[in-house]
Amino acid sequence: MSLRITFATAGRILRQLRHDRRTVALLLIVPALLLALLYFMYDGSGATFDRIALIMLGIFPFVIMFLVTSIAMLRERTSGTLERLLTTPLGKLDLLFGYGLAFGLAAALQGAVATGAAYWLLGLQTTGNAGLVVLIAVVNAVLGVALGLFCSAFARTEFQAVQFLPVVVVPQILLCGLFVPREQMVGWLEGISNALPLTYAVEALAQVGLSAAATTTMWRDLAVVAGATVVALVLAAATLRRRTP
Amino acid sequence: MDNAIEVRDLIVERGKRTVLHGISCDIPTGRVTGLLGPSGSGKTTLIRAVVGVQIVRSGTVTVLGRPAGSAPLRRELGYVTQAPSVYADLSVRENARYFAALRGLGAAEADRAITDVGLAGARDQLVGNLSGGQRSRASLACALIGDPKLLVLDEPTVGQDPVLRADLWTRFHELAAAGTTLLISSHVMDEAGRCDRLLLVREGRVIGDDTPAAIRARSGTDDLEEAFLRLIRQLDEVTA
Repeated sequence: MSLRITFATAGRILRQLRHDRRTVALLLIVPALLLALLYFMYDGSGATFDRIALIMLGIFPFVIMFLVTSIAMLRERTSGTLERLLTTPLGKLDLLFGYGLAFGLAAALQGAVATGAAYWLLGLQTTGNAGLVVLIAVVNAVLGVALGLFCSAFARTEFQAVQFLPVVVVPQILLCGLFVPREQMVGWLEGISNALPLTYAVEALAQVGLSAAATTTMWRDLAVVAGATVVALVLAAATLRRRTP
Repeated sequence: MDNAIEVRDLIVERGKRTVLHGISCDIPTGRVTGLLGPSGSGKTTLIRAVVGVQIVRSGTVTVLGRPAGSAPLRRELGYVTQAPSVYADLSVRENARYFAALRGLGAAEADRAITDVGLAGARDQLVGNLSGGQRSRASLACALIGDPKLLVLDEPTVGQDPVLRADLWTRFHELAAAGTTLLISSHVMDEAGRCDRLLLVREGRVIGDDTPAAIRARSGTDDLEEAFLRLIRQLDEVTA
């Protein structure tokens, strides 16, 4: 693992992104547009909008970065660039952290735009600080990147890669407490929910909604999400083989 | 060291098929060795074993005195895969600079490699907008950066116009003269005559391993394509 190579890799990924202006525009604008949609859906019901928009600020970067990363990594595999990279001094972790860093930065920008739009244009109100919302959004995005890197090892085509979204991401959204409060779930569902990282991200966001200062629960939740990210990255490194059949 | 690469009893299976049936061969240092054979003969698999990305069933591949794929070798190796493995959504220069950075080298080395493959005029274009031939030269440029001791090139001259192809072969021989070992695969026989040494592969077996002159002499023809055919027939007669 070398910092120089990790940064060079992150720079390369960001340069690729920069050449793809449409993707950049979609990354930056779509979450804000979806929030506007929510705003009009819950027209006149400020409290409901506040609750759901806050959670969405965490869910959007997670979903989008998962999708973007799994496709980007799959492209590395199918184009032969991955095989070539693995014959150079680049370490597996250089590549994985490079992706995490690059898309984490993209997510920070995306989170800032979406959060700014939510607070200033759509009148989102939270008891806690908007900066914490961006922080949680970025950690969530990096979790999405890590899971995307891991899942891309099991996909051979873009079709397969996209199918991992309903498998890996959708259950986490369904069980995170957004639709049904977690304590009202059947015991075994709540158990599953406890094991899914997005649950903790959503709980952390809810804490920001309720308390003026950052709570211990929020920091603990954030640590759980960060821990899950590290585990996913380690798993991704384990499935990234220099030698293939 | 006389041999940059030593392959001993290499057996590779891909899926249920045996692709290489116990290949043994030596690739001399500071020479251009051509790896020739029809499509599907196992050339790419052998190359993948040399650069250390192929899972092998048994046998050994020693590169520059170390087991193929070991970490120190990754600084000494330039590898071009058959499909141009560069980023289509980056410019030629951005690609070259990234591969230079992986070796701890700067923009000057990257630019020199781009000039070497005749792409200086297109260096700010996106690789995705280049022609097939230019794209594979962009890929080649990324392998030349940092003067690797061993260059492994899988069909690097496919789709190049004849003048450029001649230029590239001149460059390959300059590199060899400076001590670089080159292993170049091709399925075009007219390139075979440009190599210092030939390794003829068919159906996962080495059927010829000699200088072009010796292969011509042995088969009694000046035409290497015909020589290849005769070697195959001789072999078929022996096994029949």
